[in-house]
Amino acid sequence: MTDLNLLARVTAFINIEADMLDFEEYQPWLDLWTDNGEYVVPIDPHETDFANTLNYAYDKAEMRQMRVARLVGGEAVSTQTTEKTVRGLSRFRILEDDEIHVTVRCAMYLSECRHGNLKTYPADVTYKLLKADNDFRIEQKVVRLQNADAYLSSIGYIL
Amino acid sequence: MTDMIDVKPVVADYESLIKPDKVHSSLYSDAEIYEEELDKIFNNTWVWVGHESEVPEVGSYKTAMIGRHSVIVSRDRKKNIHVLLNRCRHRAATVCEGKKGKTKSFMCPYHGWGYSLDGALRAVPKPEEYEGVFDKSEYPLVSLRFETYQGLIFATFNEEIEPLEDFLGGAKKWIDLFVKQGGGYPLKVLGDHRFRFPGNWKIQLENTTDAYHFPIVHKSFVTGLDEQTAEVFDFLDGEGHVEDLGNGHSVMVMIPELVDLEKDLDEPIPERFQELADALAAEGHSDLEVRRMVRAVGGSGFNLNLFPNVACSMAFFRVLAPVSVNETEIHHVAIGGEGAPAPFNQMRMRLHEHFQGPMGFGTPDDAEAWERVQKGSHAGNNEWILLNRGQANLTTSPDGNVSGAVCSETGMRAAYQQWKKMMTA
Repeated sequence: MTDLNLLARVTAFINIEADMLDFEEYQPWLDLWTDNGEYVVPIDPHETDFANTLNYAYDKAEMRQMRVARLVGGEAVSTQTTEKTVRGLSRFRILEDDEIHVTVRCAMYLSECRHGNLKTYPADVTYKLLKADNDFRIEQKVVRLQNADAYLSSIGYIL
Repeated sequence: MTDMIDVKPVVADYESLIKPDKVHSSLYSDAEIYEEELDKIFNNTWVWVGHESEVPEVGSYKTAMIGRHSVIVSRDRKKNIHVLLNRCRHRAATVCEGKKGKTKSFMCPYHGWGYSLDGALRAVPKPEEYEGVFDKSEYPLVSLRFETYQGLIFATFNEEIEPLEDFLGGAKKWIDLFVKQGGGYPLKVLGDHRFRFPGNWKIQLENTTDAYHFPIVHKSFVTGLDEQTAEVFDFLDGEGHVEDLGNGHSVMVMIPELVDLEKDLDEPIPERFQELADALAAEGHSDLEVRRMVRAVGGSGFNLNLFPNVACSMAFFRVLAPVSVNETEIHHVAIGGEGAPAPFNQMRMRLHEHFQGPMGFGTPDDAEAWERVQKGSHAGNNEWILLNRGQANLTTSPDGNVSGAVCSETGMRAAYQQWKKMMTA
């Protein structure tokens, strides 16, 4: 039986994370993570050993900070041409729940508009969240883009 | 009334589109030129289709493109490699989909014709209707001529073409140096990043021999590096050079001290690789082994551009596949060492993810610039792309080749001379 209270809380947390990324609140976004948190965008749809395979992105804390610095620094031309992303998350399902972590899977539909061209990236996203002080911290976020195993266009922002 | 002169160049007059110091904009945007490139260049020369490590075992396969053609690179039961046209001999359906995998045979999904790993037609359903019509042995998958050098596999539709080694010529020396980056282990493909950009394939061909853009387009990447590493990438005023290697190939040496990765193993270990060195030492590797891997982990200090579709680019293979006159697919192929310690290959992949691929800190900025080149190249009725940088400052390399400064456009001029040679042949 799904714990609807927990489901509502993780859904709220994940929606806030999405909102922070769409509205470029990067410093609070960085604070959502645990020190060892991993942001992963795999290539192979079935891969789970991210350390020993090539990914599109495999960011620990330092790389996340550098990615944010790139986004706000104003020196990277690609970050200047994607005005905004819009992402919607739905189909939330709790996969695992214990005293320490809760693992949630959901669907994400993200769109970008670059040079007037609208592009959409659907993805399955799995969050492993650390339960912390009546709130959550992201231990791992794995974004499995639907076309990850084919080819992408360049993506200068955070999924 | 003023007579209007159509300044659009005559498509067949390729000679007039390539000058010693510039090329005509229509090379990026003219669909007829593009189609002829596929015929005259991609159907007619050695095209990179993979690395032997991508088909390591019996039954391993990968797919690749040679211009318009989908091909399969497979390894048969005798461990021999084949390059096969991905097209059933019956009604043309592809017999293999996906990037890579392992299989016992290739099966056409339409009528069930089955081919073995070497392309031989093994079985057709309801064979009685073919009795007296044809012999199966006459209908294998079409096999392409291929040759390898240092594990790099090139295939061709041109049966008359010179041997691969002759075609590579002066580039062989640089391939020999490039493959040293396994850190004492044979080179192995670790995966690839694939992406497309809305631009002509030659914009990408040029980019791998374009040092001039690096400090501009990749300023944010350099800003994010530690001081020691940023200094390594500050190569525009350094001692590097670009050398025309013939047949459209060129090398751009950006970091001369990293040309031979097996030299200078006693150099101090860079700060950013100290953790790697410690991890390798903790695994019991000797000091020499550790130093060899640390020196190799960041890749070679040069880009080797091989006409028309691959570059051995510092630490990875850059492969391009034309999709249309204004769209190109690019593969950034990550490489490491076969059997190398996990920390070494992990570091290779993390460095690759950092800069390369559609989500790296380098590629999206490159792609933005390339897209703008394509878009801008449509403006004007008879405009040219300049390739004259460094043209008055050429020397002869120790190997007897034309050589320019690291940020010269020597490599692009070499590629376009080969383009002209092939298009006017």
